[in-house]
Amino acid sequence: MSETKALESMIGEDYKYGFSTDVEYEDFPKGISEDVVRLISAKKNEPEWMTEFRLKAYRAWTEMEEPSWFNATYKKPKFDTLQYYSAPKNKPKLDSLDDVDPNIRETYEKLGIPLDEQKMLSGVAVDAVFDSVSIFTTFKEKLAEAGVIFCSISEAIKNHPELVKKYMGSVVPIRDNFYAALNSAVFSDGSFCYVPKDTICPMELSTYFRINNMNSGQFERTLIIAEENSHVSYLEGCTAPMYDENQLHAAVVELIALDDAEIKYSTIQNWYAGDEDGKGGIYNFVTKRGACRGKNSKISWTQLETGSAVTLKYPSVILQGDNSVGEFFSVAVTSKRQQADTGTKMIHIGKNTKSTIISKGISAGNSNNSYRGEVKISKKAENARNYSQCDSMLIGQTCGAHTFPYIESANPTGKVEHEATTSRVGEDQIFYLQQRGISEDDAISLIVNGFCKEVLKELPMEFAVEANKLLGIKLEGSVG
Amino acid sequence: MLELKDLHAEVEGEGIEILKGVNLTVTKGEIHAIMGPNGSGKSTLAKVVAGHPEYEVTKGDILFNGESILELDPDERAHAGVFLAFQYPVEVPGVTNNTLLRESYNTIAASRGREEMDPLEFDDYIREKLDLVEMNPDFLERSVNAGFSGGEKKRNEIFQMAVLQPTLSLLDETDSGLDIDALKIVSQGINKLHGDDDAVVLITHYQRLLNYIVPDQVHVMIGGRIVKTGGKELALELEERGYDWLESLATVNGEAK
Ligand SMILES: Nc1ncnc2c1ncn2[C@@H]1O[C@H](COP(=O)(O)OP(=O)(O)OP(=O)(O)O)[C@@H](O)[C@H]1O
Ligand SMILES: [Mg+2]
Repeated sequence: MSETKALESMIGEDYKYGFSTDVEYEDFPKGISEDVVRLISAKKNEPEWMTEFRLKAYRAWTEMEEPSWFNATYKKPKFDTLQYYSAPKNKPKLDSLDDVDPNIRETYEKLGIPLDEQKMLSGVAVDAVFDSVSIFTTFKEKLAEAGVIFCSISEAIKNHPELVKKYMGSVVPIRDNFYAALNSAVFSDGSFCYVPKDTICPMELSTYFRINNMNSGQFERTLIIAEENSHVSYLEGCTAPMYDENQLHAAVVELIALDDAEIKYSTIQNWYAGDEDGKGGIYNFVTKRGACRGKNSKISWTQLETGSAVTLKYPSVILQGDNSVGEFFSVAVTSKRQQADTGTKMIHIGKNTKSTIISKGISAGNSNNSYRGEVKISKKAENARNYSQCDSMLIGQTCGAHTFPYIESANPTGKVEHEATTSRVGEDQIFYLQQRGISEDDAISLIVNGFCKEVLKELPMEFAVEANKLLGIKLEGSVG
Repeated sequence: MLELKDLHAEVEGEGIEILKGVNLTVTKGEIHAIMGPNGSGKSTLAKVVAGHPEYEVTKGDILFNGESILELDPDERAHAGVFLAFQYPVEVPGVTNNTLLRESYNTIAASRGREEMDPLEFDDYIREKLDLVEMNPDFLERSVNAGFSGGEKKRNEIFQMAVLQPTLSLLDETDSGLDIDALKIVSQGINKLHGDDDAVVLITHYQRLLNYIVPDQVHVMIGGRIVKTGGKELALELEERGYDWLESLATVNGEAK
C-alpha cells in the first residue's frame, strides 16, 4: 500500500512550478559571436566601458576549455544554438506595477511571489527577474529612504556607473572560469544592491529568478556591496518550467564587505530537476564568491539546493580583512537522477580569520551528491581557523554521496578541523515514527529536517517555513 | 480487542516464515504476557501487529476491535490505538522528543476527531506524564533516543505510551535494561495507565516483571507459535523448568503442514 501512495505523490505534487507562461518575446538571434555580445549591450543601451568589459570577457571565453573535473556526467550545452538574450516584448522596465505584462504578473502570483507590495511578505523587498530581464523591484522608495540602493543591474549600470565599474569583476575576474567568462560576456540582468556606511538595511532583500523561455539560457549577474559598518540580508529563489530539453543557468554573484560590514546571502534553489529518467532540467553552473575586504567583516552563504538536473556550485569567501569571518551553511538534496557537485572555498589571507562550513547532503533515488570543499590558509594568515562538518544522508539503495575535502595550509599557526559522517534513513526509523502515528512522508520530512536543522536555522525567518515545506515535497515518496 | 487468527508471516520477499499460525485473543481490560526463548518470534509478532513493512502476512488475520487491520499502514494502526514499545527503540537525531510527541499526539488526536493542543497546552500535559515515569524534563529537548542509555530508552518508550494513551499497548521487553528502581517506577506507571478500556501485552523473559504487573494470562511462544497458555503461575513454572519441556509441543502440532 505504501508503494501506491508513494507513486501517487510522485506523479501528483512533484514539481508545482513546472508551468510555463505564454508571452511574446523580442526577436533575438541564436548563438554567440562578438556581434551578439555587442547586440546585447546595445539592446540595453549600455555605455562603452560596459561593452568593452563584455567583449574582453567574450574573447577570453573563446580561448577557454569547458571544465570537466567534477563528479557529474551530462550532455554538454550547445553554445552555438543557445539563445543568450530573451526579453518579453512587453517592457521596457516600468515604475508602475500596472504596466507589467499581466501574464507575467500572474506568473509571479502563481509562484507565491505577488509583486503587489500590499500583498507581499512585509519586510521583504523583491526584484523579479523573468528570463533575461528584471521585471519589477518592490519597495524601492522605502529602501531609498534608508540610503539603500536596490535595483536591477541594468539600472545600476546606468545610474551608478562608478560603483559598478569599481566592483564588477573585482571578486570574480572575467577569466576566473569558463562559465564566469561566458556570463561576463552575455549577462542579461540581475540584482544590484548597495548599502551605505553605518546602515542596517531595513528589510530583507530578495531576487526571484524565473526561466520561462525554452531555448534561452539565463545569465544573471548579482553585485552586493556593503560599506563600512553596514548590514544586509539577501535571498534568492529560483524556479523554471518543465521542459524536455536542458536549460543553462550560469550566474555570477559577487559580494563585497568592507570594514565591520556583514552580508548574509541565502538561496532557495528549486529549478526544475528533470524527470525520473533524467530528461530535461536545469544546468545550474554558478560562480558565487564573496570578498571580506575589510577588517572584522563577515560573509555568510546559506543555501538550500533542491532543484536542477546538474548543479556545480561553490559559494566561496576570500577572507582578506583581519578578523574577518566566512560561513557556509548548505543543504543539498538530490533525488531521481539529479547530480549535485557543490561545496565551498574558504581562502584565509588576513590574520585571525575564521571560517565555518556545515554541509548536509541528502541523496535519494538514483541521484548523486558530492561535497567538495577547499580550505586554504595562506602564509600571512596568522591564527586562521576553520571548522568543517560534512554530513551525508542516504535514502534508499541506489543513490550516492561523496565528500572531497581539500586542505592546504601554508601557515603553521592555522587550525583546521574536519568532521564527516554518513548515515542512512532506515526502514526502522520510518517505522518507528509511523508507529507513533506519523505518516510515511511526514516521517521522512521529520528525519530530514532534523538532519538539516543546523543549516535551516540560518535561513531568514520569513523563508524557514517555506524551506521546511520544500524539503518535505521534494522527498515525498522517495522511500517506497 | 485484539484477535489473532492463525497468523502466518514471513520476511517480505525472502520467504522465511517466522510466525507459523499464532492464535491469541486479548480482551479489553486484560494484561497478557508472552514469554519464550530467543528467536521464537515474539518481537516479530509485535511488529506484525503494528504493521512493519518488513514482514508479509501470508495467512490468517489480525482483528482489532472486530475489524481486520491488515490493510492499514502502521500510522493508521497507531491512530486506531495500537502502540508498540520497541525492544530496540530507534534514534532520530535532530528531532526532539518534544517535537515528535506533539506531532504524534496531534496527528492521533486529529484522526480521532479530538482537539489538537497548542505548544503551551501540550507542555502542561506532557509534564504530568513525565512525572508518571519520573523522567527528567531535560529529555524533552533531547533528540529522540539519541545517546540515551539502554534503560533511558526503555523508560522513554513508556513515557510516550503515557502521552499517546493507546488502547492496545505491546511492550516488547521493556523490562530488559531497566535497573531495579527503574523497573519498579516504570511498572507502577504502566499499572496506572492501564484501565478497563485498554489492554496490555507484555513480552518478557523475566518472571520478576510479572510480580509488579500481574497478567491475566501467560503465553509461551516457541517456533513462531503459541504452544501453551496459562495463568501467572505458568511464568513461575517456566522460571524453574526453562523451555525444554515445551519444545516437544512445538514440533508435535508443528511441521505437519
Ligand atoms: N528481517 C528478518 N530477516 C531474517 N530473519 C529474521 C528477520 N526478522 C526476524 N528474523 C528471525 O526471526 C526469528 C524471530 O525473531 P524475533 O526477533 O521475533 O525473536 P524474539 O522472540 O523477539 O527473540 P528475543 O527474545 O531474542 O528478542 C529470529 O530467528 C530472527 O533471526
Ligand atoms: Mg525480541
